[in-house]
Amino acid sequence: MSSLSREKLLEMFTWLLRLRRMEEKCIELALSGMVPGWLHSYLGQEAVSVGVVLHLRREDYITGTHRSRGHDLVKGVDLKRYVAEILGRKDGPCFGRGGEMHLADKEVGAMGASGIVGGIVSTAVGLGFAAKYKGEDRVSVTFFGDGASNQGTFHECLNLATVWKLPVLFVCENNGWAEFSPQGKVMCVENVAARAAAYGLPGITVDGDDVEAVYQAAGEAIARIRHGDGPILLECKTHRWLGHYVGDPQKYRMPQEVEGVRQFDPLMRFESKLLKEGILTEEMIRETGEKVRHEVNEAIEFGKNSPFPEPQDMFKFVYAEEGAAK
Amino acid sequence: MKEIRYVRAITEALDEEIARDEKVFLIGEDIGRGEGIFNTHRGLLAKYGDKRVKDTPISESAFMGLALGAAMAGLRPVVDILFMDFLTVCMDPLINHIAKARYMFGGQYTMPITITASTGAGLGAGPHHSQCLEAWFAHIPGLKVVMPSTPYDVKGLLKSAIRDDNPVLFLYDKTIIAVKGEIPEEEYLVPLGKADIKREGTDVTVVAVSKMVTQALMAADKLAAEGISIEVIDPRTISPLDMETIISSVKKTSKLVIVHEAVKKFGIGAEIAATVVEEAMDYLDAPIKRVGAPFTPVPISPPEEKAYIPSADQIIEAVKEIAS
Repeated sequence: MSSLSREKLLEMFTWLLRLRRMEEKCIELALSGMVPGWLHSYLGQEAVSVGVVLHLRREDYITGTHRSRGHDLVKGVDLKRYVAEILGRKDGPCFGRGGEMHLADKEVGAMGASGIVGGIVSTAVGLGFAAKYKGEDRVSVTFFGDGASNQGTFHECLNLATVWKLPVLFVCENNGWAEFSPQGKVMCVENVAARAAAYGLPGITVDGDDVEAVYQAAGEAIARIRHGDGPILLECKTHRWLGHYVGDPQKYRMPQEVEGVRQFDPLMRFESKLLKEGILTEEMIRETGEKVRHEVNEAIEFGKNSPFPEPQDMFKFVYAEEGAAK
Repeated sequence: MKEIRYVRAITEALDEEIARDEKVFLIGEDIGRGEGIFNTHRGLLAKYGDKRVKDTPISESAFMGLALGAAMAGLRPVVDILFMDFLTVCMDPLINHIAKARYMFGGQYTMPITITASTGAGLGAGPHHSQCLEAWFAHIPGLKVVMPSTPYDVKGLLKSAIRDDNPVLFLYDKTIIAVKGEIPEEEYLVPLGKADIKREGTDVTVVAVSKMVTQALMAADKLAAEGISIEVIDPRTISPLDMETIISSVKKTSKLVIVHEAVKKFGIGAEIAATVVEEAMDYLDAPIKRVGAPFTPVPISPPEEKAYIPSADQIIEAVKEIAS
């Protein structure tokens, strides 16, 4: 039996379901050609963002990558504005400028994301630095993949954050794939967490498809970081269900492997467990499903109906002084 | 007024701004205990402590990126990069992230980040410690680029840069740090984006940047003795560039020479020349001349390096070609 409260378990379940349904809808939008650029699907990795972000306060910071597609929602980004942003519309928190890869909503502490996956890690270090500088007890959490852990900036950041004991949680979502390359071809360590030893910070590996395990490990890590004990590297082993982007033919991947990853489904795993423990009933699943479907549909409709910026809006926000770009 | 060295103008600006605003902090390699490789940060660690003056590991990407996060959270970082050449190892946080953060996040953030770095050949420092790469950065929307030539401009522009809500690259020339000049005793600012006419003249406009201003002024003295009057314009800020001052001078003289230490090809001289042609071609009485370094890396060997750096003589030659 879980040691967590019934309420917390149901909150986690609802979030897993919400992220799953939202992502499925976003994939439909991408396939219909409405999403500018690419959509880097988060299907299968939802337990990581739910397990970690549910510990955070509104004033805590998160940063992410091109595949950070649930984190912002759990952190508090409005579902409707989220869809508008992904579609490049005016009502998105970034005015449609961030799109799918660079979503940020400062108001809820979702500070930004970048497809240059090692680079954005340094932003989170700066956010943690600022918190410490100002004497606040905020925590900065940065999400990235196993691929990012091969970039130099990542290593510089682990070192710097540890030397300065900054309140940063480095969360590696290890899905085994760096774009089109499997981990075994680009790394000689099994666990990204092992890299922490080189810089003197704790490295922890958990089953990233087990939302409770993630929640447990993240909770302990965040409490230590908030207490001032310095940064921690938390690796969550998970699975990428789809390709690097929606529509990726995945010529580099064996069909058995692609089909096999669904057995790790974090949503179904958690749902079965909660059913078995009597915390969830079939009726509750139906009700929650209905509620979530309604929210998601409403958000999708809002996003589709949100206006695009005008072409001349492109001159906004180049510099802090309006119009300076012209 | 008081006399002060170019390098001490940097220190004074940093000192006054860090004292003025608690959100300002200094970060970089060897700026604390080492006081900066050119002594730019002299006495600041002792005065303000290691919360405000941060010595970093040799990790330019990490601490340049840190500046972005810190700015998002409301701080005003002043990042030191020693040699401008080292900006190449932190181009991603600077170009992809800092310069674009306000834009791609839809105006949610301001980016009050100042980056100080040295330019210039002349110390035998060679290809990795001498480059003038200002054109690269002037080509990036979202950044501002400053290149002062006098102690007065150094102090006033650096203070303005630190108070600016945009990322500003402040490039000082390491070979003129001992040059002295007068500055007011009281506080003053020099606005970004405003050129300064360092010497008025009537026959030829010479736009010169950073330490080339000194060379242009030397050329002006020699040319005056020969009856040629040149107007020396120091843009001071490369981006935004004060084309208005340059064009109004060209309208007066009808002749233009542009001088920078950076290699001539694809340098900012090309941008200035093209803009003058676009906007004031009818006023030109002669081809525009450019003086810049040859298309080679910066050599270490003294005779080669001396020949590499554009000189007053080269400016005189260029002026004479079009003056008559």
